Amino acid sequence: MSQVDIIGAVKRYGDLAALDNVSMSFQDGEFFGLLGPSGSGKTTMLRAIAGFVSLDQGEVRVDGKDIGQTPVHARNIGMVFQNYALFPHMSVYENVAFGLDVRGVPAAEQRKRVADALAMVRLGSLEQRKPKQLSGGQQQRVALARALVTRPKVLLLDEPLGALDKHLRQEMQVELKRIQRDVGITTIFVTHDQEEALTLSDRIAIFNAGGIVQAGSPAEVYAKPVNRFAAGFLGEANFLEGRVVAIEGGWAKIDLATGGSAVIAGNGIQVGQPALLAVRPERLAIHPTTDTAPIGNRLTGTVGEVVFSGNSTTYRVRCGDRTVSVFRQNDGQPILAPDTPVGLQWEPDDAVLVRE
Amino acid sequence: MSARENRLGLGGLILRLHLGLVLLFLYVPILVMAALSFNRSQLYELPFTFDTVWYTTLAGNQRLIDAGINSVVIAIINTVVATTLGTMAALAFARYQFRGKSLLQLLLFPPITIPWLVIGTAMLVFFFWTGIGRGLHAILLGHVALSLPYVIVVVGARLANYPRMMEEAAATLGATPWQTFRRVTAPILAPGVVAAALFAFAVSFDQFVISYFLAPPGVNTLPVAIYAAIRKGFTPEINAISTIIIVVSMGVMLITARFYRFGGER
Repeated sequence: MSQVDIIGAVKRYGDLAALDNVSMSFQDGEFFGLLGPSGSGKTTMLRAIAGFVSLDQGEVRVDGKDIGQTPVHARNIGMVFQNYALFPHMSVYENVAFGLDVRGVPAAEQRKRVADALAMVRLGSLEQRKPKQLSGGQQQRVALARALVTRPKVLLLDEPLGALDKHLRQEMQVELKRIQRDVGITTIFVTHDQEEALTLSDRIAIFNAGGIVQAGSPAEVYAKPVNRFAAGFLGEANFLEGRVVAIEGGWAKIDLATGGSAVIAGNGIQVGQPALLAVRPERLAIHPTTDTAPIGNRLTGTVGEVVFSGNSTTYRVRCGDRTVSVFRQNDGQPILAPDTPVGLQWEPDDAVLVRE
Repeated sequence: MSARENRLGLGGLILRLHLGLVLLFLYVPILVMAALSFNRSQLYELPFTFDTVWYTTLAGNQRLIDAGINSVVIAIINTVVATTLGTMAALAFARYQFRGKSLLQLLLFPPITIPWLVIGTAMLVFFFWTGIGRGLHAILLGHVALSLPYVIVVVGARLANYPRMMEEAAATLGATPWQTFRRVTAPILAPGVVAAALFAFAVSFDQFVISYFLAPPGVNTLPVAIYAAIRKGFTPEINAISTIIIVVSMGVMLITARFYRFGGER
């Protein structure tokens, strides 16, 4: 299997930089998710690795070798397309055998490898069907078998589960992860579904405006977003603006624009600087109170919208002129009614200091 | 439920009447013509007496036979040339960005709507003026020019419904551009190309006005020869040759439709 390196990739379409000097290393055998809004460059990056996009500057290296000049068909990559792009005039068997056939693999070996690939995706019995006779999930499996049967160095997935309904998508996520582990292939996939990215990936990169905002393990990026975009794109976040008023023993005291103040571990910031705090909705504790005296790490407000979703409830709490989201597990405490005065409390390490 | 289906409301009645009238005016004339080609009477008199005399007479009518051969040869060459050029043009329209593309695409449609009489006159003047002159070569040129827009539109419609991704998928699987064309693009496009070829054949084989204008004295295509014959007086020979044409063309259509379901995937 293989390591893929992108070095200083630049791709412009007119004035628009689809990739603006992007570098990234994909480790051997890792499942890597490229995440971002549409037009952020993630798809351009995937297509540059596949060879459909030629970079204006920079290199794509597979195992240290620059493949910039290698045509797509000689790159030995596997790719699953958003709508699977199965060949409609070929049976499932012929679809999967195609990559072997064009390489001149002998017929007997083709039969064995196609059978293995179809067994891997649990579709052994449907060899003679045409793609249009298959369900969406089955088509997805055929596309995956077809991409893996040639034993490519890298597997690229373009919104692989986007066309499936929610239930099937979750099932296929598990399946995809199992197959990727079994094969051990370096896999890079593009998605705008953050849940999918979090579930599948060993590491993710968040793209915005042609660059990578942040890369790391899903837990790391979720817990320590570097800026407002990363915090807001991956999961939900409440942002609190303020100004650093004191630093004592590694703790920074921040006066919040909403009133009140917050204490946070203060590394690399100085007194007088503006500060932006991000707090995840599930890190805020909500409790009814009529006490509005400003104390540390607390906001007060009244409950607005209440969204009940079975195992949890999301509250939109009005704090002055802003709305703060709070997420609470339904663990037996009564659901709060709209207009209840509440306090929202958090511990210093529940908030993260992020850049604008 | 079945009672509801069986009850024929006013709407159902009108629909059936409509269908009946369409079938009546489309097919009864054809059936009458075919029947009369087997009737002995030259003056289309009844009672019907079965005879193949008009087919025998037709076999001796060198003028009509020559015209028929001309028509078939021109139609076949036209089909090959127009389908090849038109498919390439449709691929270019679908795949590449180039200067003047939208203008060219716009220019496809006027030839379909402009009356053939006008186009025929224009071609006659133009061919005369440029020294191309009249003759089978001029007729062929005219037919190719006329059929090209049909081919481009029909193949283009097929291309539009078929995602570029298939070719990309083939490339990632290791297929060279030629392998991709041969094994993916061509088979997927085939129904569209066959339909376009049928159009091209029909446009040429049916073509009267332009052939009439561009045919020099003594050279005929079938429609021109039939027209000339009718002017002199209608004989059941014409019925005979028309019947042959209908049987052959319907046969070709049915065979093609059997192999390719138009519009859908095979």
